[in-house]
Formats: sequence, C-alpha cells, structure tokens
Amino acid sequence: MRTTVEVQDLRRVFGPTVAVDGATWHAGAGRITAVLGPNGAGKSTTIECLEGLQRPDGGSARVLGVDPWGASAEHRARVGVMFQDGGLPNTARPVPLLHHLASLYAAPRPVDELVSRLGIGDFARTPLRRMSGGQKQRVGLAAALVGNPEVVFLDEPTAGLDPHARLDVWALIREVADAGATVVVTTHSFDEADRLADDVVVMGRGRVLASGALAEVRGARTLEDRYFALTGDQR
Amino acid sequence: MSAPAPAPTRILAQARFETLTLLRNGEQLLVSIILPAMALVGLTLSPYPALGSHPRIDVVAPGVLALAVASTAFTGQAISTAFDRRYGVLRMYGVSPLGRGGLLLGKAIAVLCVLLVQVLVLSAIALALGWRPALTGLAPGLVGLLLGVLAFVGLALLLAGTLRAEAVLALANLIWVVLLGLGLLIPVPVLPAAVRGLAGALPSGALGEAMRSALLDGAWPWTAWLVLLAWAALTWGLALRLFRWAP
Repeated sequence: MRTTVEVQDLRRVFGPTVAVDGATWHAGAGRITAVLGPNGAGKSTTIECLEGLQRPDGGSARVLGVDPWGASAEHRARVGVMFQDGGLPNTARPVPLLHHLASLYAAPRPVDELVSRLGIGDFARTPLRRMSGGQKQRVGLAAALVGNPEVVFLDEPTAGLDPHARLDVWALIREVADAGATVVVTTHSFDEADRLADDVVVMGRGRVLASGALAEVRGARTLEDRYFALTGDQR
Repeated sequence: MSAPAPAPTRILAQARFETLTLLRNGEQLLVSIILPAMALVGLTLSPYPALGSHPRIDVVAPGVLALAVASTAFTGQAISTAFDRRYGVLRMYGVSPLGRGGLLLGKAIAVLCVLLVQVLVLSAIALALGWRPALTGLAPGLVGLLLGVLAFVGLALLLAGTLRAEAVLALANLIWVVLLGLGLLIPVPVLPAAVRGLAGALPSGALGEAMRSALLDGAWPWTAWLVLLAWAALTWGLALRLFRWAP
C-alpha cells in the first residue's frame, strides 16, 4: 500500500485547550479510511491540518508527500474536500456551480456524470439555500470529486441522506477508491464505517486510541462495541 | 495526475461566476442600478437641494457614479463576502486550485465588470437627461473611480472579515445611506458647515468631490485622491491583519 496521508506526532493547541495531542496515523492509496471519535476528539482539527486550513503546533501532517500549509495550486488540485457545513455559495444553483468548479481543473470529471450518479438532476434548478440537508450533501460530494482528486477528505458524507441515496453515495465512494484514490471519511456512523472502510482510526481527547485495518481494530466484537470500549470514559 | 487549470483561466472563471452572481441578485441590482438611477432622475428634476451654479445634471451625474462605486465596491462586496465567509465558501475556495489570492482577484475583476455595467447604464440615462461632462475630465474621472473602488473594497473586506454576517448586512446598508448625504451625492461645499470637514475627510466626500472636480471642470483633484489613497492604505492594512477566512 502506498502511504499518501501521514499524520506524525501531530499537536494542535488553542489557548489552554490541546485539540490534538501527538496523534499518529496514516492512510493509503486505493483505500477508504474512516476516522471515528466523540465530539471534541480532535478529528476535525486533524483533518483541517491535512487540508491546509490549520497549521500544526508540533509534529507533521503530510498529504502526497507535501506539507499542506500554504501548498501550491498544483497540490490543491490533487486533493478534494467535502465540508460538513457545505462550504458552497448559498445563492448558486448546483449544475452551474459544478461547471464553474470543474473549470478550475485541467482535466475534471464530467459534471453531467456526477449530476446523474448523485441524483442532482432532480433539484437542478433549486438554489442551495432552498435545498434540504441531504441535497446539499450530494452537491458537496460532487464538488469534492469534480477535480478527479488523488486524495479526498469527506466529512459526514451521508448525513441526512435517505437509505437509497446512502447506498448510491457509498458505491460512488468505493468506486473512487478502487480507481486508486485515497479516501478519508470522518463519520459518527458505525454502519457507514463498517460497510465502507478498509481502515479505521479511532480518536479521543486528541489522541489516537486505535488505528489499522477494520478487522484488526474491531477484533471479535462489533465496531460499535469496540468504539465504546475505547471511548467509554470520554462522554 | 490531477492538475489545476492555468491561473488566468481560474481567475477569469471566478470573475465570471462572481459577476453573474452579483448581476442576478435582485437586492444587489436594486442598490447598484435602480436606486442610483432614481437618485439621478430625482435630484436632476427636483429643485432641491440647491447644488450650486452649474446645471443640476452636471453636478448630479458624477455624484451618482460615485454612489455606484460605493454600492458595488462597498455594500455589495461587504455583504456577499460576509455571507461567503459565514457559509464556509471562502474556506472551500481556499483549498481548491483557485486559492485565496485567486478568489480575491476574481472578486476584484467582478467588481470592475459590474461597475462597467453601472457606468454605462447610468451615463446613458444622464446623457439623455442633458449631461455634458468635461471631456478633459474623463481620464481623472477614471482615476477617481478606481481609487474609490480600492478604498471602498478595503472597507468592505474589513467589515466582512471581522464581523458576523448579519451585522455586516445591517451596517453596510446603514453606512451606504449615511455616506449618501456625506459627500457622495451632495457636493461637500453645499453641506452644512458643521459636517463639511468630516465629509471631505471621508471616502464618500473624497470620491464625490474627485468625480465632480474631474467631470465638471476637467480638474485633477490631487487632495481628494490622496484622501482616498489614505483610506485604501488604512482599510487594506487593517483587513490584511484582521481578516478571518473561517466562519
């Protein structure tokens, strides 16, 4: 497995709060890595360091061998990001927005294919501000994938989706990984991690409590049981 | 390997997207075209307030162009950037191949494109109402317009990058209304004596006087330009230090 995402002794501090406290884990090409943990576990801060949105106070975060903080447009074109809160212009309609985002890349994925795969055509004329949470999620996922990225960070990609749409999204994410991309999914859903992930990272209080292949981390128990055993005192 | 489009392509694509977004926004059109056009017609046809010895349209038209700058470069940009920040759009473009620099350049070009549409529409109405600008004033008028854009965009970014979106919405509209009466539309020399000094030192008075001096008399209003440059330096300096990209 070619390692493409490396978090090494990562530390990030906000005033008196230590958000990430020496976390170490990695993710590889062609695999889906689910990052789990209670609220405040340091998942989002770690991912934001990998996206280049935050600068580590110690240790390192590297993506495709590059420090993402202040990285070039060439590097950013290789990385797709889906934010949980959308991060998309509220007045825009999805198809023109996706065509616009595609125009920022030299060889984007065909927008029409993404629109069809994610069922965006059903609400193509609705501005983002009038969409449901699930509809916004689908546009956000399309925006993350439109540049044909080699590494994708997805924050809660199926939150708010109905069961059928969830299966469609999981199938698309698996296809992206099978084509060789590294997919890192932050999720609170054990079902999603269990059915989608090859590897799992469990974080708590800024530290990595367990990481590795799903079967190894889970052991003989369910992922949910293992998670509560690891994070039980962190409510 | 995934690669970005060339930088000029990315920036022009963003400029096009932002321009169309601004021109399709009904509230923005109201502030950038309809209200200035109403001010142009209303102030020209009404005998009040007294505007000095020149034909009224020759005094009103440069002021309305100054108002157009404030509408698009300040009110429009402050509100749209504040809501882009609130909804995480600035963050999304920051991690895309466009980047923060490309986003700012795209927005700047979009402001100039919308301003061009405003100048064409409002000048056409003014010419139909009998406006006869000093042709020697077109070059200094353009300088004033661009310095006004620089100062007002700086002020817009300062508000949008430091305050909550709802506060920016309220404040940007309020400031626009206040600046209307402090030298944008009404010449500083005909304002009450108590506010003349203040209006002349504000970007509104400086831009209004810069446009009127240029287009009425063909003058090169260095003092007003210096005031605009000082406001640009102050607001851009503060915006660069204080602007927060995160929601």
